[in-house]
Amino acid sequence: MSTIRIAAPTIANKGEVIELKAMIQHEMETGYRRDRFGKEITRDILKYFECFYNGESVFKAEFFAAIAANPFLSFFTTATESGTLEFRWIDQNGVASSQSVELEVS
Amino acid sequence: MKKTATENSRYDLIDRRTLIKGSAAAVGLLLLPQVSHALPEDVEAEIAELFDTREIQQGKVTVTVPPISENGYSVPFAVDVESPMTEEDHVVRIVVFAEENPQPNVARFELGPRAGKASIKTRIRMGGTQRIRAIAEMNDGSLWTSYAFSIVTLAACVFDPGT
Repeated sequence: MSTIRIAAPTIANKGEVIELKAMIQHEMETGYRRDRFGKEITRDILKYFECFYNGESVFKAEFFAAIAANPFLSFFTTATESGTLEFRWIDQNGVASSQSVELEVS
Repeated sequence: MKKTATENSRYDLIDRRTLIKGSAAAVGLLLLPQVSHALPEDVEAEIAELFDTREIQQGKVTVTVPPISENGYSVPFAVDVESPMTEEDHVVRIVVFAEENPQPNVARFELGPRAGKASIKTRIRMGGTQRIRAIAEMNDGSLWTSYAFSIVTLAACVFDPGT
């Protein structure tokens, strides 16, 4: 499985706008490169990203080949209640990778 | 020391080989496929498909890329949209285009009032010196756009997929 790195606060005040950073290990092969025999390397990219806050989608991204290898994303969300933040990536073949972190809101 | 005739001719031979190899390499370089890139029409067609013929206004959007990108394979990119991000007034979608890339689409983001702030950062690939364009769609349907320009020293995606 790919390595996933999440940087998110563990505690926040209610209503606070928090930054979430997520990075996943992935080649993001563009399909425009060739190997040493001159053969095209087929495209293999992560296509979708979604962040769920207690199961509710709060941010979505669609990736194309122009996203650099090991895609990094930083975005914001408002801390509304304590719970789980789930980060999920789906590749071009529909295979999902995900990781969750806990957030305590006071 | 005086060289013998055979030694001399061997040196000549090596020189000739090097010369042949050198010129072959030069010809090879000339035959390399040109870097392909999208046409402005392609981007226009994408925009028309996404937003029909709605008017796109300049402003509200800020795109940030370094003025000089040493490595086109990974360029820090940020997009910020001026919006209170409330239930009544928020950004619903941001689309990013790189016109000189073989495929002009870079990313699309969907967000809503729960985001709190319309500010996204990622890292993108750039196939050459170009401007990066972002279009933001608000919940009232209005569209806002902006550009940022970056000079790319080492371009990503050098080969044309069609050749």
